Amino acid sequence: MDGIHDLGGKQGFGAVDPEDPLQGFSQRWHGSVFTMINSLAAAGVMHNSDHFRHAVERIDPISYLDDGYYGRWLGAAENLLVEGGILEQQEITDRAVAYGAKGDERVAARPQQGADSDLSSRDADRILRTSATPLTAERNPVAAAKYSIGDVLLTRMSSVPGHTRLPAYARGRLGTVVAVHGAWVFPDTNAHGKGEQPQHLYTLCFDAQELWGEGAENLEVFLDLFEPYLHRVEEA
Amino acid sequence: MSQTTAAIRAQALESLLTERGLLDADLIDDVIVRYNERVGPMNGAKLVAHAWSDVAFKKRLLTDATAVVNEFEFSGGQVDKLVVVENTPDTHNVVVCTLCSCYPWAVLGLPPKWYKDPAYRSRVVREPRSVLAEFGTFISTEKKIRVWDSSAEIRYMVLPEMPAAWQGRDVDSLAASVSRDSMIGVTVLDAN
Repeated sequence: MDGIHDLGGKQGFGAVDPEDPLQGFSQRWHGSVFTMINSLAAAGVMHNSDHFRHAVERIDPISYLDDGYYGRWLGAAENLLVEGGILEQQEITDRAVAYGAKGDERVAARPQQGADSDLSSRDADRILRTSATPLTAERNPVAAAKYSIGDVLLTRMSSVPGHTRLPAYARGRLGTVVAVHGAWVFPDTNAHGKGEQPQHLYTLCFDAQELWGEGAENLEVFLDLFEPYLHRVEEA
Repeated sequence: MSQTTAAIRAQALESLLTERGLLDADLIDDVIVRYNERVGPMNGAKLVAHAWSDVAFKKRLLTDATAVVNEFEFSGGQVDKLVVVENTPDTHNVVVCTLCSCYPWAVLGLPPKWYKDPAYRSRVVREPRSVLAEFGTFISTEKKIRVWDSSAEIRYMVLPEMPAAWQGRDVDSLAASVSRDSMIGVTVLDAN
């Protein structure tokens, strides 16, 4: 989706504040949200990391920019809990008001009706399957890799409605394959309950002029891209 | 939402999940202690120090960092595949995740706040020299900058250049001098 999360190349955010001497959680609620997300994964409410990432991408865009990292996770947790039928958004708000919140502030979560329709999140079989899933996202390939190191490829031009890992700034651009990584779980289907459908993964190198035009810096940008995002120039 | 409001909403969710048996609240403090005290960039620094001290180790780290990491018992979380990229006199490497905030937790711990913020994520793939300058790092236009945008499950870490004055120091002393930011690639190490 063309969401606010797809930040690469956007302008106007101003200077980076490099100060962050802390190594761990600076506030208790950050650790709380972190633990909640891990617990929701263990309970099968969050089906996999792609399902979670897409829940983050779907929060309110203003909250995405304003609430900070753990605020985004909080919004995603609410999305998943409401979509999974475990909590109502109003009862979260009511509880927050009981703890001293005003109750009329912007809320990050934007749960979607039917987002979980093809998934039964509390299903025991699913939880068993989740715990049996390998820790890594690498899988045995079902077909040979189409491309190899040195191939110059064009990335997909169009946007897709759901979760994807081709950033908008690299759409419709020419890049060179510099590494071939075998087959990996395909986030575009895995995020939506459509299975892992493993795809070959490649690292592509993009010259800055190709991405940003004339006058770009002396720069190369590397992206890890799945085979369905790529095709040969002559196939365009 | 203000950070205070977010903290309250997190508390609300925490209590609702605890009531439903979906969260063990005692775990939260354990997790906080674990990450604050035991997980951090020291794991990555150890790899860097070994690479500087042992040419064969460095070669393995640059060709198959995942296998090397698996030999160490790091507890920072899982890394599916780690790729280590080397800074040289001609090339400077920087790591980012423009789509979310992917970061090599197993070797660097939790990411710093700026790494997850829109300014860094939006700008470093387009104008890395200005972003690095905000960290006090000045990379000449002659030098190639390579930005690694972690768009899949592979995680990247930078092997910084060792200051010449550190030659001859032992691995532990070297590891203690390697900063987190140098392994993300926003700073270079300085003997001073």
